Amino acid sequence: MKKRTVRSIPQQRTPVRELDPVVRSRNFEEVNCGYDEQEALLESQRCLFCPEPKCIAGCPVNINIPAFIEKIGAKDYRGAYDVITGTNLLPAVCGRVCPQENQCEGVCVVGETLEPVAIGRLERFVGDLAIANGWVNRPYIEPTDFKVGVVGSGPAGMACAADMAKAGCEVTVFEAFHEAGGVLRYGIPDFRLPNSVVDAEIDKLRELGVKFEVNTLVGRLFTIEQMLDELGFSAVFIGTGAGYPALLGIPGDSLNGVLSANELLTRCNLMKARDFPNVDTPLPLGKHVVVVGAGNTAMDALRVTKRLGAESVACVYRRSKTECPARAEEVHHAEQEGIEFHWLTNPVEVIDDGSGSVAAIRCIRMELGEPDDSGRRRPVPVPGSEFEIETDQVVFAIGTNANPIIGQTSKLKLNKWGYLETDANLMTSIAGVFAGGDIVTGAATVIEAMGAGRRAARSMKRYLGLREAIEEPSSETIFGIDAREHNFVRVKAA
Amino acid sequence: MNEFHSDFEIVAREDFSDVTFMLEVRHPMMARAAKPGQFVIVTSHPDGERIPLTIADFDAARGTITLVIQAVGKTTLEMKETCRVGTHLYGLAGPMGIPSHLGNSKKVICVGGGLGVAPVYPQARALKESGAYVIGVLGFRTKDLIFWDEKFRNICDELIVCTDDGSAGLHGFVTDGIRKALEVHDDIDEVVAIGPPMMMKACCDATREAGIKTMVSLNPIMVDGTGMCGGCRVKVGEIVKFACVDGPDFDGHQVDFDDLMVRLRRYKEEEAAATKRWSETCRMTQV
Repeated sequence: MKKRTVRSIPQQRTPVRELDPVVRSRNFEEVNCGYDEQEALLESQRCLFCPEPKCIAGCPVNINIPAFIEKIGAKDYRGAYDVITGTNLLPAVCGRVCPQENQCEGVCVVGETLEPVAIGRLERFVGDLAIANGWVNRPYIEPTDFKVGVVGSGPAGMACAADMAKAGCEVTVFEAFHEAGGVLRYGIPDFRLPNSVVDAEIDKLRELGVKFEVNTLVGRLFTIEQMLDELGFSAVFIGTGAGYPALLGIPGDSLNGVLSANELLTRCNLMKARDFPNVDTPLPLGKHVVVVGAGNTAMDALRVTKRLGAESVACVYRRSKTECPARAEEVHHAEQEGIEFHWLTNPVEVIDDGSGSVAAIRCIRMELGEPDDSGRRRPVPVPGSEFEIETDQVVFAIGTNANPIIGQTSKLKLNKWGYLETDANLMTSIAGVFAGGDIVTGAATVIEAMGAGRRAARSMKRYLGLREAIEEPSSETIFGIDAREHNFVRVKAA
Repeated sequence: MNEFHSDFEIVAREDFSDVTFMLEVRHPMMARAAKPGQFVIVTSHPDGERIPLTIADFDAARGTITLVIQAVGKTTLEMKETCRVGTHLYGLAGPMGIPSHLGNSKKVICVGGGLGVAPVYPQARALKESGAYVIGVLGFRTKDLIFWDEKFRNICDELIVCTDDGSAGLHGFVTDGIRKALEVHDDIDEVVAIGPPMMMKACCDATREAGIKTMVSLNPIMVDGTGMCGGCRVKVGEIVKFACVDGPDFDGHQVDFDDLMVRLRRYKEEEAAATKRWSETCRMTQV
């Protein structure tokens, strides 16, 4: 193959088809339609196959990105899937929800001159193809006698469960809700990550032998210590997420009509309240909604309320658009859908309508001052710039604090913010108990949680004395059988 | 089948009145784990809502927990029709919340109003078992709604049953029962009051002056019950707490009941619409 250069590759990033903003802002169909085969092939031509690919290092789970793009270019889609799933269990999820612009695409060499390779869209193309064709990499698993318990069925727990199942452990995942998936289920709405994709990814885990126990609140039904001492688990992974929404802490924040984005999204996504009264969970419909915060959760809340039929939806954020933590694509989509943005605006009070509900939100304009600890310029209020926005529903999406349940019910050591303390191997203060994801780091991303789940699994395998499997399937035939077809895995003795 | 798993089979049911009924549900692990003051989240069918219910009793030997339910909204009216012995709940998660703190109180008044009679039972029993002198005060609107008075008589040193209309026992509210007990005993260490918010507020007012520690169990609107949504936030001494993971028991003298009552009205319209819709379709199928 002729060496590609920035000059020789297609100059334009292959656009992805999206639903019309006016139509989609009133339904829950997935906005981003994804690449078809021709579009994926075209975009795959834009990878330079750098000798020292920065994108791999930019990926929290270090997917061999040029290798899978090369496979796409050769129309070996199954091969591309095998490369991705060597390190990332959920390509259809991550291709959709990773903040690629801060990760792989942010460091892509093409991006220095042109728009970077659309790595996320290519990953999703492969992930969707795998779901459509029912591809599963079910390696040969040599059973061990170890029982592993995973607390929480979100991305961290799923990633850890998959790795431990592949290592031959009997894995049970415990979920407090009545459906598995964690934030992928209750948090991220259908128009960004359809539930069918989550179901498909969970089914893949089931095929690896992972068992799911829903309606199970670990800590209260049984404790972490009991899992080790009485229930026969050799090791435990805790991936319970951060949960516990941070409150606005301003006057009027307990009025009816003020709710957390977590509550809004859980009602809408997990409890399907958008079909009320066909389902039993209600969701109040605001006519004029204000969402405080500008992270991905805030974007989801904004776009959900718009779809539920709100006449106006506005975002209030104390910093400017440059500092906003949401994925660029989400902000762009929200703008297209007619959502108003009040940048450099901070709420100071929610105003009562006289009956305990919301009438308006009083805000103050901000300006950027000196950089703060996070390196971002600190917003400072502009004196005398207060104004009111009329609203009947205020949603706060300003981050989360640590969920207290595991801390209340176990002797696990917590840090001063209430998150679980772990060592470099993600082991907690109790031997054999590992933790990862938001309950260790505070709120982060799906892929970072998955990365933590996998790192914890590696440590857990060492702790249990299990050997590491080579996950790359061999392409040779063994005894006349195509190894790849049957997903043979060679196991390297440690 | 394994030890964590339960199919939430309803093994017994008893109807106390037209609106109040008791379900005994099989969940051996929960029966072992449950402690007084804790609650569960019940989902009756796949499209159902998640409703918090305080555990009214638990029996580790039988492997069951007991719930007492009042049919007031769509979900509970429907449960009254569908939850028969041998059927299964769709979801049952718990035990949730911090168990009641059973301190060193030597003489305690346990107050239950209406449906609150059920959740105060495990606390009264645990207090009795810990050696305390237990005075039960149970309040009902009328004679026909009385339940579990015998059950309480077995574990209480004294029992005062009150009815709003005077059709049985003391004519008056539970606060009258509390005053009556306070007239006789000047050494009450603690009052535990569970019932409608208005009743708990009145109980707290009745004990405030005497400075008697009064614990209440709050049951605000919840979704997950695990601290994740914040829907159940309540003001306790100007600090915002989540009833599901910081409670449900709080010092009643610190609780802002007015705020709680406003927040409980949050879905009133939706709830009324759902109930109306349900009873209409129900009648249609009966025709």
